[in-house]
Amino acid sequence: MTEEEKTAQFQQRIDAGEKIEPLDWMPDGYKQTLFRQISQHAHSEIIGMQPEGNWLLRAPSLRAKKILMAKIQDEAGHGLYLYSAAETFGIDRAEMIDMLHSGQAKYSSIFNYPALTWADMGAIGWLVDGAAIVNQTMLAKCSYGPYSRAMVRICKEEGFHQRQGYEIIAKMASGTPAQKEMAQDSLNRWWEPSLMMFGPHDADSPHTQNSMKWKIKVESNDTLRQRFIDRTVEQAHHIGLTIPDKNLKYNKETMHWEISPINWDEFWNVVKGNGPCNHQRLSHHKKYHQEGQWVRDCARAFEVNQMKESNAVKSN
Amino acid sequence: MNTKDALINYCLRLADNSMISGQRLAEWNSCGPYLEEDIALSNMALDFFGQAETMYEYASQLINNNKSADDLAFRRSEREYFNCLLAEQPNGDFAFTMMKQFLFSTYAKFLYEALSASNDETLKGFAERSLKEVKYHFRHSSEWIIRFGNGTDESLKRAQFALDELWRFTDDLFCMNATDEELISTGITVSSDSIAAKWNLTVKEIMQASHLTIPEKFNVITGGYSGIHSEHLGHLLCEMQYLQRAYPDAKW
Repeated sequence: MTEEEKTAQFQQRIDAGEKIEPLDWMPDGYKQTLFRQISQHAHSEIIGMQPEGNWLLRAPSLRAKKILMAKIQDEAGHGLYLYSAAETFGIDRAEMIDMLHSGQAKYSSIFNYPALTWADMGAIGWLVDGAAIVNQTMLAKCSYGPYSRAMVRICKEEGFHQRQGYEIIAKMASGTPAQKEMAQDSLNRWWEPSLMMFGPHDADSPHTQNSMKWKIKVESNDTLRQRFIDRTVEQAHHIGLTIPDKNLKYNKETMHWEISPINWDEFWNVVKGNGPCNHQRLSHHKKYHQEGQWVRDCARAFEVNQMKESNAVKSN
Repeated sequence: MNTKDALINYCLRLADNSMISGQRLAEWNSCGPYLEEDIALSNMALDFFGQAETMYEYASQLINNNKSADDLAFRRSEREYFNCLLAEQPNGDFAFTMMKQFLFSTYAKFLYEALSASNDETLKGFAERSLKEVKYHFRHSSEWIIRFGNGTDESLKRAQFALDELWRFTDDLFCMNATDEELISTGITVSSDSIAAKWNLTVKEIMQASHLTIPEKFNVITGGYSGIHSEHLGHLLCEMQYLQRAYPDAKW
């Protein structure tokens, strides 16, 4: 079969709604796009542990501490199975971490903002995980089997993350004046960055067209973003918080909430590495990866020593 | 000391041991040598927080003056905390943390085994449930100690350093005071001597398997169960109690 025929057959399978599995033939572009996306998703889960970790030691109640700890642990677990899904393309986790450290691989820009108050634990769960669910519910339908299956599992846990975040912010919004102020301030800071999580407008998104054709994405950035806005605006109003956008208005005809234009200069600036925490997040990851080197060396040496010993026993 | 007061103190001791151990392990979040290890450490921290919550709740019922479990965790000061000195020591490197975990979980394992026969039903139930968790902590940490000892020169050196540094805090685990006297006489707990004997045997065994030398006793420090701590505890509490102290009227 020629390359062209294979490509046509591949597209037929996609169009018929079949799942593509690791050993199936696939075009290089499909492979590259998915590897880039899944490894970026894995790195995002791992880097995302840092802003929440910033409040883990200061969580204000036993319950809050347990929930936050469990949430961060879930994220580490998501990272693990996403790395495994990305490894189906023949690149192992150690190489992916090198790519993260060299800047070749990215992670979600949202984690380049600082978690300044306890209310941010609410906003991150409510808005960041809320946006992630909208995106991941769509990805659970994607054409690549391992990614789609990982997403189904992850979505279940993200639902719990989103609810716990909303609970934190709702409690604060109905709390003391200081708590209310923290809750509103937190929404003010996280609102626009969370809208940017869906990526540029469809017209400016370099990967959208192919991704839609290959059913890696089945809905566009703008459609997903609008779904998130409609959901979140209602939730904010329900607990008496104000969306920080004076042009926010409800369009009765379209039945959607409309917002001001998003500041895409800010988005690209953070993507390029100039956000408030880009340097901090990456250098933290590098530092502890390096500090763990002797442990990994020890574990490897131990395994080798054990094998030598068991071989010696056998040959005796 | 009457039995009820002794029991309250004892519950706080168990709760504080778990709370402080959990808080220290939580410091490893996103800092582990492997992603798998990050997950294991947070899993153990969660076990500890769960244990602490159970014991704070029991203490809170016994105290019966509207002090909640959260009040006990977040509104008591250094001198009112009854955890062992070992738990509050800073983490150091991964070998140091694992050595702390090993020395402590060996103790907790034998203690909870003994408390599983306590004639206080709540304590008995707590010990039975927690035993399953600390047995895993023991397995996890002792396997690491053996790996350190049979891995590289560097891992052996780091583990030996940790043992030398931490050994001075191990007598403290077995110190008894009026609380213990009262609860031993009523069959709620057992004498630490029986726990210490088992602990010594197991520790010796694992250290031998790891080519590690148990140091001479030097500068032995005790006092945790009587509320006399090292300087480290105050800093840990500052961080842990920050929100409850800064916003005393707030509910979270």
